[in-house]
Amino acid sequence: MSPQILGVVVMFIATLFLAVPLGRYISKVYGGQGVWTDLIFKPIERLFFKVSRIDPAREMNWKQHLVALLTINLVWFFWVMFCLLNQSWLPMNPDHNPNMTPDLAWNTSISFLVNCNLQQYSGETGVSYFSQVFGLMFLQFVSAGTGMAAAAVVFNALRDKTSEHLGNFYNYFLKSCTRILLPLCMLIATIHVFEGTPMTFKGIDTLTSVQGDTMHVSRGPVAAFVAIKHLGTNGGGFFGANSAHPFENPTYLSNIVQMIAQILIPFAMVFAFGFYCNKKRLAWVFWCVMTVGFLVLVIPALNAEINGNPYITQMGISQPGGNMEGKEIRFGSIASAFWCIATTVISTGSVNSMHDSFMPVSGMNMLLGMMVNSFYGGVGVGFLNFFIYVILAVFIGGLMVGRTPEFLGKKIEAREMKIAMIIALFHPFLILLGTAIASYLAAHDTNMGWWFADAAGKHNASGWLNNPSYHGFSEMLYQYTSSSANNGSGFEGLADNNPFWNISTGIVLLFSRFLPIIGPVAIAGLMAQKKFIPVSSGTLKTDTGTFGLLVFAVKVIIAALAFFPALALGPISEWMKMH
Amino acid sequence: MKKEIIPSLLLTIVCILFFSGVYPVIIWAIAQAGPNKGEGITIKDSKGKYYYENIGQKFTDDKYFWSRPSAVNYNAAGSGGSNKGPDNPDYLAQVQAAIDTFMKHNPDINKADIPSDMVTASGSGLDPHISVQGAEVQIARIAKVRGLDKNKVDALVKAHIEGPMYGMGPSRINVLKLNIDLDNLK
Repeated sequence: MSPQILGVVVMFIATLFLAVPLGRYISKVYGGQGVWTDLIFKPIERLFFKVSRIDPAREMNWKQHLVALLTINLVWFFWVMFCLLNQSWLPMNPDHNPNMTPDLAWNTSISFLVNCNLQQYSGETGVSYFSQVFGLMFLQFVSAGTGMAAAAVVFNALRDKTSEHLGNFYNYFLKSCTRILLPLCMLIATIHVFEGTPMTFKGIDTLTSVQGDTMHVSRGPVAAFVAIKHLGTNGGGFFGANSAHPFENPTYLSNIVQMIAQILIPFAMVFAFGFYCNKKRLAWVFWCVMTVGFLVLVIPALNAEINGNPYITQMGISQPGGNMEGKEIRFGSIASAFWCIATTVISTGSVNSMHDSFMPVSGMNMLLGMMVNSFYGGVGVGFLNFFIYVILAVFIGGLMVGRTPEFLGKKIEAREMKIAMIIALFHPFLILLGTAIASYLAAHDTNMGWWFADAAGKHNASGWLNNPSYHGFSEMLYQYTSSSANNGSGFEGLADNNPFWNISTGIVLLFSRFLPIIGPVAIAGLMAQKKFIPVSSGTLKTDTGTFGLLVFAVKVIIAALAFFPALALGPISEWMKMH
Repeated sequence: MKKEIIPSLLLTIVCILFFSGVYPVIIWAIAQAGPNKGEGITIKDSKGKYYYENIGQKFTDDKYFWSRPSAVNYNAAGSGGSNKGPDNPDYLAQVQAAIDTFMKHNPDINKADIPSDMVTASGSGLDPHISVQGAEVQIARIAKVRGLDKNKVDALVKAHIEGPMYGMGPSRINVLKLNIDLDNLK
């Protein structure tokens, strides 16, 4: 096995080995059982709840959960808007970066609030250290905690019981941050410090290069940031180049650590469900469905990147490293291709190479990963998205065997199905509507006025494209797909820091975050109130390979029907042109 | 909703203090024991000038091993790639131009020996490395310009190959370290 292939195989297997025990630990945390971290964090949490006047033992129903979730998210939004709009005079701004424009601040706050981290600014010049640490990094913790808390509510609702009481939101939320995210962040940040990632509050350093050029080097408190960025599947980079930056991701080892960090909790949440609801077999079925989907996407991408760009082959040079445009030597094309799919099937959206410059097949598979958005998926929310597909599969399966559909002993009725269908169809609706509007404007080269100006000050809509033809269409499709999947990566050539893109993607982000949380929590909450039906010979068994296949088929059908026409106009046409 | 506003506000404040205050300070304290106190690993040349080991530099002079093309011209006050799509005609013209320039400065080599990383931009624009083959095709030029024995330069390049980590990942050469040692070569 080549050293590069071995690297990605080791990454994947190591993640699985770590995820199973972590899943057991997470299930204990949400179940309120004793764990070793009680020693340090129990007193801290007790203090926090006391100061905040919260009784963590107060049971909430699903509606109360959602009210608490949305209220605290609103508070966070205002706090980070304040930071970004006032960073020029706030402390910790050694590089004297200016305030954000209102449309950029709107997009950035929402984007970090919803765990997306679409970045239409560059970290070096766009934000102060105060905004990075007290605004954006804060949201990276709490938005991940929000998603995990929502998943914990669903876990609780799916236990064999009939109840309205589904635990306390603040309790799930805070414990997700203190017990799961923080200890792992400490470990990951420490590894990064020793691998050479900066952790300083000093500003830009100016020096003369060996050849005699003056150069500036941006630094900052990167190590702390990069840990939660991956662990919380946030993906927003400290620097503009994200994890391609040699400070943010200095070595092959740090690359492995970051890759494990981002897939670890999405894996572990599936197993946590298994332990929590005592459905271990079902959890493995879910995990296998996700893994098959991941492999189907990642293998063609690896192959395309190893083989390199056919046009460059025609120029008569060699491509021993594969397609190297936009990639770093220390990772190579294989670890980069693996990353590009991993970061899109889960909702991280961090990059260690520039997605715009990947081969069409890889680009299409990245898009598909985000379009399905539940081959693992983001922390907490990935499981919620998957749950929607499970409900759909149960319904279809129930119709096939001619029985009332039921899942884990609870009937699935019209109301749950309606919610599931709305959530499943809303995702393609947002992506395709946004792309249709943007490509209409670009194709007609509309004068956008205030909404858009390119670097030369022209207002023509085609000016936001960095590449012509099919690839240009893919840039716009990617931007809305990434927004709607709350992913945050981009075909970064797109000129997206302007009112048109900031505002439109901001709206997409809000809908695509909160509806897929509200929907599954509502379904689970409704199910929890229903009477438990014991398993009989007529029950559709869900912990089998057949059912796994059914879930997979539902995903493929929805994704294929909804997105094939758009993909045909973008990456598929591009591929056909190149071959 | 009203009932949740006060607890939400208070919990937000303590969380900001904890996750944005206590956590980064702990990591910062750990970094004081780390390489260069967490300010970025530096190396010094023979004259005592320091450079950042991980931040690539622009090398376009014929007497140095070249680094890769960069979309940000190796100015690490920013970072980023070209973001050019693989079938963009402008991009392909740029790559062709880079190949022509490379051939002009290295007339003794075969075109087929040029690895693509020497004519394509990295993701960060600050890539500190080149591939082993990328260094090897420049040996003849360096030896000629500097009047050095080819075998000596070849040995220097070999000494700078960083192999896979525990058998994983690509081999690579840090251009900055290579060029600093090249300046010391007699």
